[in-house]
Amino acid sequence: MGTIAPDAFQALFEPRGVLVAGVSGHPGKFGFVALHNIITQGYAGTVYGTNLEGGEVLGVQMVTSVEDLPADAVIDLVFVCTPASANVGLLRACAARGVRAAFVTSGGYGEAGPEGKAAEAELVQLADELGLLLVGPNGQGVVSTPASLCAQIVAPFPPPGAIGIASQSGNFVSSFQNLAVSSGVGVSRAVSAGNAAAVTVADLLESYAGDSATRVGLAYVEGIEHGREFYERVRAVTATMPVVVVKGGATGGGARAASSHTGALATDDRVFDGMCHQAGVCRAATIEEAFEAAATFATQPLPRGPRVGVVTTAGGWGVVTADAISRSDLELVELPPDLLARIDELLPPRWSRNNPIDMAGGETRDTIPAVLELVASHDDVDAVIYLGLGIQSNQARLMRDGRFFPDHGLERIVAYHERQDARFAQAAADVSAATGKPVLTATELAVTDPTNAGPAAVRASGRLCYPSSNRAVTALAHLWRHARHRQLRHEGSAA
Amino acid sequence: MGRVLNEHDSKQLVAEHGVPVVEDRLVPDASAAVGAADELGYPVVLKLSGDGIAHKTERGLVRLSLKNAGDVERAAGELLAAATPDDGQVALLVAPMVSGNRELIAGVHQDPQFGPCVMLGIGGVLAEATADVVFRLVPIDVVDAEAMIDELTAQPLLGEVRGEPAVDRAAIAAALLGLSQLAQQRPDVSSVDVNPLVVADGRPVAVDALVELGDA
Repeated sequence: MGTIAPDAFQALFEPRGVLVAGVSGHPGKFGFVALHNIITQGYAGTVYGTNLEGGEVLGVQMVTSVEDLPADAVIDLVFVCTPASANVGLLRACAARGVRAAFVTSGGYGEAGPEGKAAEAELVQLADELGLLLVGPNGQGVVSTPASLCAQIVAPFPPPGAIGIASQSGNFVSSFQNLAVSSGVGVSRAVSAGNAAAVTVADLLESYAGDSATRVGLAYVEGIEHGREFYERVRAVTATMPVVVVKGGATGGGARAASSHTGALATDDRVFDGMCHQAGVCRAATIEEAFEAAATFATQPLPRGPRVGVVTTAGGWGVVTADAISRSDLELVELPPDLLARIDELLPPRWSRNNPIDMAGGETRDTIPAVLELVASHDDVDAVIYLGLGIQSNQARLMRDGRFFPDHGLERIVAYHERQDARFAQAAADVSAATGKPVLTATELAVTDPTNAGPAAVRASGRLCYPSSNRAVTALAHLWRHARHRQLRHEGSAA
Repeated sequence: MGRVLNEHDSKQLVAEHGVPVVEDRLVPDASAAVGAADELGYPVVLKLSGDGIAHKTERGLVRLSLKNAGDVERAAGELLAAATPDDGQVALLVAPMVSGNRELIAGVHQDPQFGPCVMLGIGGVLAEATADVVFRLVPIDVVDAEAMIDELTAQPLLGEVRGEPAVDRAAIAAALLGLSQLAQQRPDVSSVDVNPLVVADGRPVAVDALVELGDA
């Protein structure tokens, strides 16, 4: 194995034409599903298919062998759904037709005993000889939203965005993409590496680092075969792109499960943890933590320091957030006198006069955007967490659904509340853009009622609405860890 | 398990790479042990040393806090009598008694996926139960070394405790850098166990060490 030329991934992520090999007419078979997903999600290139019977599937004329494809067909990527025994001949024929990348879903390779291992080694050698970028085998697919390419045997197709996914487990690609769909924070590229016989997670992360569509790498791994090489390469990647990793098999029980899943070798989890810290990799404990960290890297600027200001419309939320910040590497900034004085001018005297900045119901029409801007603009503040969005729209929902609506002025007040929450969400995004500092909005309404005008407007602004302040703090702490690593390692500022 | 260096040689090797170690003398018999103790100053520690002896404490081959020549002479006689034929050529190791309430462990460890790593942990009799240990891959630099110290969970233990000053973090970082350098320069060294690294008056000092040589 070695480093793959960056342009090799062009054929995988921006193919001019795609061939699905092993198409089936049965909608329950992978060979059908793959063709269906590629065609229906808007891929603009030409799609071809092979199967043993010929005929037409989903309007695509099948050929029984690669040699029978139209002479003028330009195909960069073959998506392989054929049995392992057919693949050597298939790849040779494809390479002869100019195909440069193969995504192999077929099983029966390294995961299937010594014979499968030998077949896998043969496949890798063949791809090498043919100059084919080989992904898989035993993978679930590749997604590339800039090309509207949904070449996978699973769902969903995520919205476009800046997260690049690389996973040793195909189902976690689905999990991450499901979270992209529900949160609205989208994906650039996603690859299920399968057995990762040729293209590995490190290769994918390197390609994402050189990809203008991708701002953050998100990886699921179980075992790292060439640990030292992985470390060196990922360490180089984090100099320009944040990388979030979640590792399966962190505990004794998990490690035994991983060994039977991907054949991962047991390592001391504390060594893996140390390696991540050393390489500047953000390690997440869970899938949702990993996604939220990646979504934050994709949609928020990096903080320049650890000092957080919390702006809240209710006391208890602020207190819990203060606890979460104190338990993290972040700091709850002590409000400087000049900031205190400026906030005094905006809020009635009952406000907390402390961080968290509890507005204690003192917010009027324009106070929330004004306070957010004041806090975020201050030099002593590196990031802001905003709590309390959506409360009024939650009440508005009750009014809209109640039997007095739209009379008694309800229609007007409902519209007003929803407009205000949308405005506050937009203000958080605008203040962040203007100051170059992260501003994270958290409310459980993001999951309990995603149609609430507040969370809906956060999504519309392109940012993640965090389901709790604790989760916002965890995500922000990942950003700070990465930013600090960059400062210490690459900016020569040991401040 | 490969060949193991005796305590004296192990300590000398780590000392050459910047790990502070307690001074010791290797002597053949009781009267030489008393001579060495007189020079080093009491109280002293006496241990039975030999290339075949790896678990001195478990076998009762360590005598602590010997306050005078009589103590040393008696302990020397007992330790020499406790030697078994399997221990091979044995000697007595005399060292000043270093005391501190806090103990760390440090070392080099081989990971099956990531190769040689530098390790730092909280030591003492409950070390295995607390498992407060951090790793970095060799080689490390000073940023890594400082981060390792920061990542130990038991941070309060590194501050001022019971009248003892805070732990000298720079000295610990230097020791970790030394271990990393040792692992790099000596690929034949498969593991290093500096245990305990006693914190005496805030300064770390290795009271025992075990270097294992592999095939490389």
